[in-house]
Amino acid sequence: MTKTEKTARLAARARYLAVFIGLIAAFAVITVWNINSGSVRIPVKEIARIIFLREGEQMNIIWKLRMPRIIAAAVLGGGLALSGFLMQTFFGNPIAGPFVLGISSGSKLFVAMVMIVALRYVNFVSSWMMVIAAFVGALIAMGFVLLAARSIRQMSMLLVAGIMIGYICSAATEFLITFAQDSDIVNLHNWTQGSFSGTKWEDVRFFSILILGCLLAVFLMSKPIGAYQMGESYAQSMGVNVKRFRVILILMSSLIAGCVAAFAGPISFVGIAVPHLIKMLLKTAKPILVIPASFLGGGVFCMFCDYLARTIFAPVELSISTVTAIFGAPVVIAMLIRRHGEKS
Amino acid sequence: MSEYYFRTSDLSVGYGGKPLIHDIEIGVRAGEILTLIGPNGSGKSTILKTVTKHLAAVKGDSHIADASVNGMSYKELSKKLAVVLTERIKGELLTCYDVVATGRYPYTNTLGLLSQEDRDKVYAAMERVHAFELAEKDFTAISDGQRQRVLLARAICQEPEIIVLDEPTSFLDIRHKLELLSILRSMAKEKGITVIMSLHEIDLAQKISDKILCVRGDTIRYFGTPEEIFREEIINALYGIPQGAYNIGFGSVELPPPTGTPKTFVISGCGGGIPVFRRLQKENRPFCAGILYENDLDYPVARSLAAQVISETPFAPISDETYARALEAMKQCETVICVPFPIGDGNRRIADLIKEAEALGLLQEERSETHAGA
Repeated sequence: MTKTEKTARLAARARYLAVFIGLIAAFAVITVWNINSGSVRIPVKEIARIIFLREGEQMNIIWKLRMPRIIAAAVLGGGLALSGFLMQTFFGNPIAGPFVLGISSGSKLFVAMVMIVALRYVNFVSSWMMVIAAFVGALIAMGFVLLAARSIRQMSMLLVAGIMIGYICSAATEFLITFAQDSDIVNLHNWTQGSFSGTKWEDVRFFSILILGCLLAVFLMSKPIGAYQMGESYAQSMGVNVKRFRVILILMSSLIAGCVAAFAGPISFVGIAVPHLIKMLLKTAKPILVIPASFLGGGVFCMFCDYLARTIFAPVELSISTVTAIFGAPVVIAMLIRRHGEKS
Repeated sequence: MSEYYFRTSDLSVGYGGKPLIHDIEIGVRAGEILTLIGPNGSGKSTILKTVTKHLAAVKGDSHIADASVNGMSYKELSKKLAVVLTERIKGELLTCYDVVATGRYPYTNTLGLLSQEDRDKVYAAMERVHAFELAEKDFTAISDGQRQRVLLARAICQEPEIIVLDEPTSFLDIRHKLELLSILRSMAKEKGITVIMSLHEIDLAQKISDKILCVRGDTIRYFGTPEEIFREEIINALYGIPQGAYNIGFGSVELPPPTGTPKTFVISGCGGGIPVFRRLQKENRPFCAGILYENDLDYPVARSLAAQVISETPFAPISDETYARALEAMKQCETVICVPFPIGDGNRRIADLIKEAEALGLLQEERSETHAGA
């Protein structure tokens, strides 16, 4: 190994380290900032006291309202980015993601159906039921996308198919909600627009275990994911059982996307924009780095957007997708233009 | 232990369970180069894909060192067999080093981290294909020739016993073709790596291969050594080209000759006639060449391009009969082109022929500068 190679490797390592430190710092700052702001302002010193000693006047506000919401934004946002990264890997397309492919909307439709039925007849909805419904919805939407992908090889058509599936599911959801004018499902309307508000601690526990478990599993799959990024044929020649791996990818990405949709509704653009920005920052697409960095980045991005969603027009709250779209869509457009420029 | 390192037994290949080519029985020894030749769409890639297990065999099996490929897991196979495919490598933001390093995949730990030993092997493989300086370059920013070398380095550092390459020389210029093939040759001979590939350039296939497999139609046409395969009739039948189009001596191909009765008679020898033949062919003017010894450099080209060739047995004096035939043919022509070449005891009568041509007023002396480059 020559000197230039050594310096190049060291430079790359320094870059990775800087990106991770930057992400963790941003994560910490935004967390505090988020706790700190709202209709009641709480000084940082007080926050530390409340979190670590669990005492203080505003403990209820922080502990019951703000903390679950912040964790939801962090974990579910990370999950979205992760799920987006997996779908981009699967389809070999940088603009694939749970929202554009209609997966989130599929989940939304199924969760809405289960909620309406359950609230009417059992008057109870458990986290389990929601996640299972969302997962089934995600898989069914994914099934349609895969069918479309099989008959039409063009990548742009895949996205068009996904967007159409998303619209159909959203329309069906709206239809259900309009005709199920039950007082219990007023909240449902809020949720179908995507929101982290109203997250409860038992939800937090549930989705944190699920999503962090998925994160660990995906991280351990970095090696075959890296091989798969080179194309199926090459992955197979490196010893990956491609057929089995494809199934795992689909199940994993649908499970994560479904789980996020079950608790926060469909949230746009996080799944595409965050992995892309992370790759640009790291200057590599190696899964072993991109997976944890995307998860962190997705958390930071969603916490930031959620902060804006609840504070800009306070006391009126924006839906989270409104904010993520404003920041995420330009990133996607910039990426498309850049890619096109590279090709021609 | 079979005498062959790689062999197929009763192998049928195809898509969706439908056999495209059946009864494939081939055997290659370790360190040999097997080349698949045949027209476009004949199924060369299908055979290669079945060998690499990208495609399930419709029937039969292949064996690497007597181990069944069908029965092998992808992981086991990846330690024995590496590929260079026609398919573009996807992936983004990859340096050439990264691409080559993916060859270490079967040997790295669960997270795929490279050890110092792995890194050394990556650099050694890049050095092997003279691609060392490309290490930090973006993989999408290099030329076709460089890309093929990087992909070959990738295959090499996978430490395979067999490398399968699908048309590795497509899109490469002549220098890079030779470079790539000579790397393969030395790898096969020095490291005993068996090479199985498909090539479009039959001249190169003839020169590099130990075994040739001819693919056309639903079964294997021919399988054997280049000496057995590179015969005019086999190549003509394989590619469906007319007699004379493939030149066995030069291993090169010729465009179809002008047809009809000869209008020009060419007297030449020692290679001087070749540019004249080519010029007449481009002018689409049928010609007769003679009197050529059958071992003359002009002879094989004349046979491919001339409407008629009058030839004589090597090293014999020109016989009366041959001379008479030549004279007869010459009289039918409108012009005679004579390319100067040495005349000695054996071909003395050529001089007579030239005199006849002069007497008939048909002779055009070929200016020597027009064929200086012959």
